[in-house]
Amino acid sequence: MPFTNEQLERYSRHIILKEIGVKGQKKIMNGSVLIIGAGGLGAPAALYLAAAGVGKIGIADADVVDLSNLQRQVIHTTADIGRPKVESAAETMRAINPDVEVETYHEFITSDNIMDIIRDYDFVLDGTDNFSAKFLINDACVMADKPFSHAGILRFKGQLMTVIPHESPCYRCVFKTMPPKDAIPTCRQAGVIGAMAGVIGSLQALEAVKFLTGSGDLLTGKLLTFDALTMKFHTINLPPRGEGCAVCSDHPEITELIDYEQPVCEFKPGQN
Amino acid sequence: MRITVSGENKEVKDGITISELIEQENVETPEYVSVSVNEEFEQRANFDTKQLKEGDVVEFLYFMGGGR
Repeated sequence: MPFTNEQLERYSRHIILKEIGVKGQKKIMNGSVLIIGAGGLGAPAALYLAAAGVGKIGIADADVVDLSNLQRQVIHTTADIGRPKVESAAETMRAINPDVEVETYHEFITSDNIMDIIRDYDFVLDGTDNFSAKFLINDACVMADKPFSHAGILRFKGQLMTVIPHESPCYRCVFKTMPPKDAIPTCRQAGVIGAMAGVIGSLQALEAVKFLTGSGDLLTGKLLTFDALTMKFHTINLPPRGEGCAVCSDHPEITELIDYEQPVCEFKPGQN
Repeated sequence: MRITVSGENKEVKDGITISELIEQENVETPEYVSVSVNEEFEQRANFDTKQLKEGDVVEFLYFMGGGR
């Protein structure tokens, strides 16, 4: 399908880039991205991916918008308090760009549903706020050979990595096992600077667009860290994929998905 | 000898190991911290034996579970 005049104008700043052009914009419009978590990381990522014209965007989150979310979750507004985050996020995305098909999943991602949900997407973006979800997303994406972006934020720091399963190292290659409950502070306990979610979530959106268009080098085999207090980015080279990894080595120990125990505080409705 | 730890110049004893540095720096959640030396990821199995050299650049990488 040729572009409409409106699309040519809407995406003109993409089309003019030699790394994207008409072909790249078509790839974006034929592409699909699943965002798990409609919060700090998911919000900016969803805004930019919708604005970029990604053909289909899935957004998964079981929670409702809470007043304490609004310091960083910029896709929701004060009027959205109490509404399911996926509804509020979908409404904003559709308002930004009616071209985009938005699919909502108002549920927790678990070992029972994750495979069915990720199947329909080209790329997955982890915007969750707990380790059980991060390990589950990693393991499921590795098992399904689904490329994804992992990210985490805390206080004034953030980090991310892109995983092409069975080609580049996965999250578990680096962070071997789930830390015990309460061993690591959460954003709720330790805080997070709002714009950090914007920086890291936007980097995740960039990786998704680069993946869809095939432009540049993905952040694979590397962990990018950002410290806002020193304003320093570091890119750490990771060990090769699979060496002793429990899930992505050629002879994995983990062959079934695991639902680790969720920290209890994550389940209190309306408090996230 | 002088090394750089989390962006800061530090004087440490010659041949200090990663484990000793983690202890000395009072790193938060030392059991779960990951470490890079000169932008290369170091395996935890080497923390006790890997000796740092003059001018090495060390970063502590933490589990970050936040996102929402």
